[in-house]
Amino acid sequence: MNPVNYLYLAAVLFTIGAAGVLIRRNAIVVFMCVELMLNACNLAFVTFSRLHGNLDGQIIAFFTMVVAAAEVVIGLAIIVSVFRTRHSASVDDASLLKL
Amino acid sequence: MENLIGLLVAAPLLGAAVLLCGGRRLDRVDHWIGTLLAAVSFALGAVLFADLLGKDAGARTLTSHLFSWVPVGGFRADVAFRLDQLSMTFVLLITGVGTLIHLYSVGYMEHDERRRRFFGYLNLFLAAMLLLVLADNYLLLYVGWEGVGLASYLLIGFWQHKPSAATAAKKAFLVNRVGDMGLSIAIMLMFTTFGTFAFGPVLTHATDAGEGKLTAIGLMLLLAACGKSAQVPLQSWLGDAMEGPTPVSALIHAATMVTAGVYLITRSGAIFNAAPDAQTAVVTVGAVTLLFGAIVGCAKDDIKKALAGSTMSQIGYMILAAGLGPVGYVFAIMHLVTHGFFKAGLFLGAGSVMHGMNDEVDMRRYGGLRTYMPVTFVTFGLGYLAIIGFPGLSGFFSKDKIIEAAFAKGGTEGWILGGAALLGAAITAYYMTRVMILTFFGEKRWQPDADGNRPHPHESPRTMTIPMVVLAVGSVFAGGLFSINDTFLKWLEPVTGHAEGNSPLSAIEVTAATMVVLVLGVALAWAQYGRGPVPVTAPRGNALVRAARRDLLQDDFNHVVLVRGGEELTRGLVRADHSVVDGIVNGTAAAVGGLSSRMRRLQNGYARSYAVSMFGGAAVLIAATLLMRAV
Amino acid sequence: MSFPLLTVTAAVPAAGAVATAAVPAARRAAAKWLALAFSLATLVLAAVQLARFDPDSGKPFQLTESHAWIKSFGVRYDLGVDGIAVVLIALTALLVPFVILAGWHDADPLEEAEPNRRWRPTQGFFALILLVEAMVVISFEATDVFLFYIFFEAMLIPVYFLVGGFGDRAGARSEEETAARRSYAAVKFLLYNLAGGLIMMAAVIGLYAVTAHQLGTGTFSLTEIVQARADGRLQFATVTERALFLGFFFAFAVKAPLWPLHTWLPGAMGEATAPVAVLITAVVDKVGTFAMLRFCLQLFPEASKWATPVIVVLSVIGILYGALLAVAQKDIKRLIAYASISHFGFIVLGIFAMTTQGQGGATLYMVNHGISTAALMLVAGFLISRRGSRLIADYGGVQKVAPVLAGTFMVGGLATLSLPGLAPFVSEFLVLVGTFSRYPAAGIVATLGIVLAALYVLVLYQRTMTGPVKDEVRGMPDLRVRELVVVGPLIALLLFLGVYPKPLTKIIDPAVGHTMSQVHRTDPKPDVPANDVEAAK
Repeated sequence: MNPVNYLYLAAVLFTIGAAGVLIRRNAIVVFMCVELMLNACNLAFVTFSRLHGNLDGQIIAFFTMVVAAAEVVIGLAIIVSVFRTRHSASVDDASLLKL
Repeated sequence: MENLIGLLVAAPLLGAAVLLCGGRRLDRVDHWIGTLLAAVSFALGAVLFADLLGKDAGARTLTSHLFSWVPVGGFRADVAFRLDQLSMTFVLLITGVGTLIHLYSVGYMEHDERRRRFFGYLNLFLAAMLLLVLADNYLLLYVGWEGVGLASYLLIGFWQHKPSAATAAKKAFLVNRVGDMGLSIAIMLMFTTFGTFAFGPVLTHATDAGEGKLTAIGLMLLLAACGKSAQVPLQSWLGDAMEGPTPVSALIHAATMVTAGVYLITRSGAIFNAAPDAQTAVVTVGAVTLLFGAIVGCAKDDIKKALAGSTMSQIGYMILAAGLGPVGYVFAIMHLVTHGFFKAGLFLGAGSVMHGMNDEVDMRRYGGLRTYMPVTFVTFGLGYLAIIGFPGLSGFFSKDKIIEAAFAKGGTEGWILGGAALLGAAITAYYMTRVMILTFFGEKRWQPDADGNRPHPHESPRTMTIPMVVLAVGSVFAGGLFSINDTFLKWLEPVTGHAEGNSPLSAIEVTAATMVVLVLGVALAWAQYGRGPVPVTAPRGNALVRAARRDLLQDDFNHVVLVRGGEELTRGLVRADHSVVDGIVNGTAAAVGGLSSRMRRLQNGYARSYAVSMFGGAAVLIAATLLMRAV
Repeated sequence: MSFPLLTVTAAVPAAGAVATAAVPAARRAAAKWLALAFSLATLVLAAVQLARFDPDSGKPFQLTESHAWIKSFGVRYDLGVDGIAVVLIALTALLVPFVILAGWHDADPLEEAEPNRRWRPTQGFFALILLVEAMVVISFEATDVFLFYIFFEAMLIPVYFLVGGFGDRAGARSEEETAARRSYAAVKFLLYNLAGGLIMMAAVIGLYAVTAHQLGTGTFSLTEIVQARADGRLQFATVTERALFLGFFFAFAVKAPLWPLHTWLPGAMGEATAPVAVLITAVVDKVGTFAMLRFCLQLFPEASKWATPVIVVLSVIGILYGALLAVAQKDIKRLIAYASISHFGFIVLGIFAMTTQGQGGATLYMVNHGISTAALMLVAGFLISRRGSRLIADYGGVQKVAPVLAGTFMVGGLATLSLPGLAPFVSEFLVLVGTFSRYPAAGIVATLGIVLAALYVLVLYQRTMTGPVKDEVRGMPDLRVRELVVVGPLIALLLFLGVYPKPLTKIIDPAVGHTMSQVHRTDPKPDVPANDVEAAK
């Protein structure tokens, strides 16, 4: 199969993730969409690695996964603590950080 | 001998310093300190005079270089004195009459609580005036010039608790400053033209410069002279200056201050001789002022203001004479000296009258004082005869010569100037006779003062009458003495130069004409005031009289144009400073503030809208990159 | 290595600032005496500078010190004084002790204030004054543009706190109102000067870029740049030179202040205490006019000549404008501030007239204006502290109650209107003559300033000191000993320098000659050099 198709898939996944981040209000869903975007990027990296025949892309994909894992830990912790204080998981409710 | 010149100035200056800084412990001897130092100065002047007389006529110039004052590049101003016949004449007049006025003030100011300062200021006045006439360059002269202005400011406003006195003092200083501006521009012009402003080089090389420059310098010097000598159009301060104590008026009008303008023009003769246009301006100013002052003098009921108008007019004669060039310089100075005697005498007499009349100044409330104040009456009367030019007295000799010189100008101009001078003489005779009759003759029109005290006229104390007697002697004999063998002419000629004019009228004819107008003036005044009772309140009078009472509307003009206009201008500028200049700055600040509060709206706290802008930014970046690739 | 006199002169007040600030809260009086002692020590050092300075040596800068500082940018710690700087340092060192003495009680905590161990306004006030002095002194000494720039800007910080933190308590309806007006004035001062400073910084960087490009290594050293220009190694493009000149000039014109950049001064001088107002106008502002002479003219001679006509016009406008606005003021201190704006017009006019008389007069003017404004403003401050109002209309007849105060006020006023015999006359006349010989029209218009000066001074004197005694003024005490100690020497100095300014002109003259030669200008020749003819005989 033509590896370029994987790139199309990555683009579609990224777009879905981005749209989700912009549109959805639930913090958990937004978070999942961010993960989706990260994974779309991983897919693109691996595909490019394959296309160009070197391993750099795969290594970066591993890095991304590690970073994503760390981000999940911190992000979920924030969401939980916001939920505890404001009894809501909506991202629009956490709008205190403005002048 | 040269070193004495410095001391001459230093003596009154020392007096001023001691009296003004000395504090209360001097309060019992202050008047004598002041008088003594003035007398010392006069004595030094007399010694120097004897020394000059012992020399040849051509070598009667003493110079004394004290120190270099402002040396910057090519600009050199020194503190140096120059004593020649011209300045010697002034020194004797200033210190002589000045000392007499000091003596008079001992009596006049006896009970004033601020007497110590008064004598300090008087000494300062003498020192400044001496500096003015002894300076050897124009910049040092300028120091004396402004010093005189300062001293007159302090003295006119001596009774500062009266708002009118404070205002008059301020006005005198301001009007004088306008004249001073002329002097400083003249000095600047000299510096750019000659590279120096010392008398010697400037006056010897005056003819080398272009006539345009000389005319400009001359006109600026004239402006300066107008300010200090109260000539039209800067004469308005003189009448108000009567707010000062009477000895001050005598000092300002006779010996110092107003004579400075005449000195300046005579001293700068070389410049004026080479600038005929400037001379024309000078004679015009002189002729206009001599009539202006005389007309104002006719209408005033305040004895001091009537005399002030007279001063203005007499100085007008001197300026006119000085403007005639070498024909007139000597006579300008001669009239100045004789005027110094009789005007000082008249003012001191007026002061003596006021002293006896509870400080009343309105002549309509005098009358019949001749028996109560015999000394004052006689001395004032002699001064009166001298000023109107009664044959044989001082004024006769000096004024006659000026009228003659005015006719000698030649052509239509000569007739106009001579006619103006004659007319002035007639008016002088009129208003002085009026003063004389209203004060000393007729019935008593005495009124109680504001506190209800009836006046009890009495003769003044010795310290006041002695100076009056001395001055009266001077008013009688000075003119005659100067004219025997042309003594005065021969004395001054080496400095000022002299030329005989070609008068279309002979000397006898001029004298005859003067006598006729004199008699006319006296007769008119007699007809008006001498024959019947004089009303205590002034009649309304015709338009000219009313205008003359208001100084021919000059103050009104000044008020409307300068004061109102100036107030409007400054008020407008204050608004402009606030709204335009500061407004631009504050506007910029407000614009920045407004912009940032708009920008703040973008910061709404919604994470999703930040995300949109992030995506938007990323999209723009990618699009731009692609676009750049494509191009 | 010789004794680093210049560094020490600047370091002593700086050390004094630290020492004064460190005095414990309870020992307020000690802080005052300490500050006074340090300021007097600085005065002694300035006098030593003056004594060791040799005006006829022919060297542009003397007592020089030179150390590398930031090597990678060519920034050096270069100090040196010419005749102009040494005189202005002396002025600064002379005035600060008087400022401290005059402000002796200005920063005492209010009586109702809670005693607080950490609340030390007095210490802060005097420490800030000494800090300003240190920075001003080093600005006068710096011959490295970057070094100068740092202190030129840093000076704003202590002045900001002096204006904003220690306002004039007189005439306030409420504490909040004064605080608001004060902070407005302080912020305005800071923003104005920062704006000027930022533009100057761009020009400083630009200067570095040009030197780095043309000389290989970038430099900020004034002497080096001037030397390189003389050798022809460094040549500015016309546009570059003009742009850099404008950058420098803008900052100095704000500080000077030149019309129309003046509006911060009346506010700052009005709201600050009288001694601080003196510090601003007599000392800090002088750095601006001084820097025009030292940096604008010497670094960018061609551009200076190009800009001269505009600057001359602006200064003449400033002279008349300041004087006219002074006439209309209702507040004594603002009146003096506008009078100062008029006088700064004279100073800038003299500098850009580009004649020996103009520049010599302008330098002398800086000194004389410092002394005369100090005399007038400090006496005004004493007056205001007695009555608690800054409005002219609240006074009347003071000379009857307090004759010595009125007399000193009069002398200060007469100095401000440049009466001959007092110091400012000499400098004002020199500026006028210098201007007139090159720009007659500007000279004549500027002469109008002397009439207006008489107007505002005499109006001020008449309204406050003469006339009937007002009830509120009755019982006003005359000058105290401390106040006489402040005013007496200043007046004596005004008289002395008015009669015998030669000691100063002797020092200033060669430095001005040097500056003139940098700009390649010579004095206009008179039409009929009468003096030379006389001399030839």
